Amino acid sequence: MTFGTLRGALMAAAAFGAMTAGAQAADVNACLITKTDTNPFFVKMKEGALAKAEELGVGLKTYAGKIEGDNESQVQAIETCVADGAKGILLVPTDSKGIVESVKKARDAGILVIALDTPLDPADAADATFATDNFEAGRLIGEWAKATLGDGAADARIAFLDLLPAQPTVDVLRDQGFMTGFGIDTKNVAVIGDEDDSRIVGHDVTNGNEEGGRTAMENLLQQDPMVNLVYTINEPAAAGAYEALKSVGREGDVTIVSVDGGCPGVKNVAEGVIGATSQQYPLIMASKGIEAIKEYADTGKLPEKTPGKEFTDTGVTLITDKPVEGVDSITSQEGLEKCWG
Amino acid sequence: MADAKSQPTQEFERVLKDSATEVASFERHRKSPLERAQHVLHGNPAFVPLIVLVISLLLFGLLLGTKFFSAFALTLILQQVAITGIVGAAQTLVVLTAGIELSVGAIMVMSSVIMGQFTFRYGLPAPISILCGFAVGGLIGYVNGFLVARMKLPPFIVTLGMWQIVLAANFLYSKNETIRSQDIAAQAPMLQLFGGQVRMGGAVFTFGVIAMVLLVLVLAYVLTQTAWGRHVYAIGDDPDAAELAGVKVEKTLIQVYTLSGLICALAGWVLIGRIGSVSPTAGQFANIESITAVVIGGISLFGGRGSILGMLFGALIVGVFQLGLRLLGTDPQWTYLLIGLLIIFAVAVDQWIRKVAG
Repeated sequence: MTFGTLRGALMAAAAFGAMTAGAQAADVNACLITKTDTNPFFVKMKEGALAKAEELGVGLKTYAGKIEGDNESQVQAIETCVADGAKGILLVPTDSKGIVESVKKARDAGILVIALDTPLDPADAADATFATDNFEAGRLIGEWAKATLGDGAADARIAFLDLLPAQPTVDVLRDQGFMTGFGIDTKNVAVIGDEDDSRIVGHDVTNGNEEGGRTAMENLLQQDPMVNLVYTINEPAAAGAYEALKSVGREGDVTIVSVDGGCPGVKNVAEGVIGATSQQYPLIMASKGIEAIKEYADTGKLPEKTPGKEFTDTGVTLITDKPVEGVDSITSQEGLEKCWG
Repeated sequence: MADAKSQPTQEFERVLKDSATEVASFERHRKSPLERAQHVLHGNPAFVPLIVLVISLLLFGLLLGTKFFSAFALTLILQQVAITGIVGAAQTLVVLTAGIELSVGAIMVMSSVIMGQFTFRYGLPAPISILCGFAVGGLIGYVNGFLVARMKLPPFIVTLGMWQIVLAANFLYSKNETIRSQDIAAQAPMLQLFGGQVRMGGAVFTFGVIAMVLLVLVLAYVLTQTAWGRHVYAIGDDPDAAELAGVKVEKTLIQVYTLSGLICALAGWVLIGRIGSVSPTAGQFANIESITAVVIGGISLFGGRGSILGMLFGALIVGVFQLGLRLLGTDPQWTYLLIGLLIIFAVAVDQWIRKVAG
């Protein structure tokens, strides 16, 4: 406990040091508002933002909600940033609809607001969005799975381990992206569960954690014990699914694919627990965000969207140690160098 | 004298001879079957959840056939409710004293994180880390009990605060880092002890399931057959009366909360066996799930009434509905909707049974 607290205090002190130094060098101040301060994804994001801010001489203050879904704290953080005279805000919205009104007030005050990781709803409520293309992330593992199964893909038995019953955007994009990559007719691409492909065993929800992943896998195995391909919303859910498969001795002949690229997940790719995962890059989202705020403050230029997309794509890479032809990928060894958490 | 008896001496006693002469007695009428059922249920509070459990098993068995009604599927339900069952046992103890314990899930996760991080961050031998996990679980429970019993703070408030404190401490301490199943298997397999299995034909019992059943049976014995157990009920029914009857109310309350913390630590250990890894995000809803099991199990939230076996049946009912409805392929929301109905049904039945005494 003391060790962790001490490190936390040192990091905070370092951040504070960087902030004041930056504020002296330039008059550009920025805010980073994440969902929580505890998820490694956001910890990495904060790291990237702080490093880039120090390099560019931008003063950066960071805020976070207390828990996932804590919209109130994010509203307060935006208000604080406006009062503080920030030039730009990097925001990972926890409630992409609920925060829109506060974002509008900040933009009316002349502040550049960039959504990171999750687009606002509507997406143009922010000046820009720096995010992973989650549909592409799903499509990559879908294509990989199809090529890996080869002729078996035609009669694969596929289990889908999704996130939440409410089907948030990221859930739908990854799930339907996977189907598209694998060659399943998605019907309405905005809805999970309206497909009629006979290869689908079923969908269940995991809350994106190990416990939910295990229970969901058990349920779907009960529905069809011959499941041989498992799509998972993220790597913790994949780890839980693997435990369920192990308990019935099926871990050797079922392929699991996932999305995220966190360090424990990439290690699981290296050890064959997960066949392939799509890695996303929170650090790049944050550092590019800081660059954009600096440029906006200096020249008034707004960040550009990736051609053909409604947002600025920060990239996604397939990680697997069993590469297939036609799908670009990197090895788990390379993936470990870029992983977060 | 005989003359005096038949001929009242006083004028106003003249009417006495017309009055009833039989010994005073309670009015008895033949009980209707419904009233008899009410009495049986009053004496055996675990009956209602048991009946609901059997009916729901039969219902899903009829609808789904062998996919559901197999030794494997039925023992799978046991595996899926093992954590809720253990946490529910801790919850039962507190609820029987007319309290409520909202920090059970947080204590469970904190203990599992300590068991994992002490082993992997500080290199302690796994058995020592596990003991540390139990110590922390027991300590948090003790603090809860102290605040409730000695400081006279409401259990809801104390455990609401403790829930936040422990959960935040858990995230800060662990930095939300997961310890992978494969690393644990290689370096500290003892942490995954409860993931081990016993197979009998198609039936699969994990050590976690066996631990849960044993725990509930031992607690059922303690609560019904020992003085300490009866004191727990007495405190829940009427703490002042219990105090006057010589029960050490404060001491017993602190013991109840401490024991509940220790049981949550056990749940943390079983959790590692279940999910393989040590994950600080696990068990977010364990408090609500355990209260659901307790309520559906017919244990009165007003304290002093109910059976811990009922809690186990309550947890199993939820498990049966979850698996059954998933196998039917319904939207997961239907599960929550039906469980909500069951909760209200259970409390309504509890109120009806209570009227027997009134």
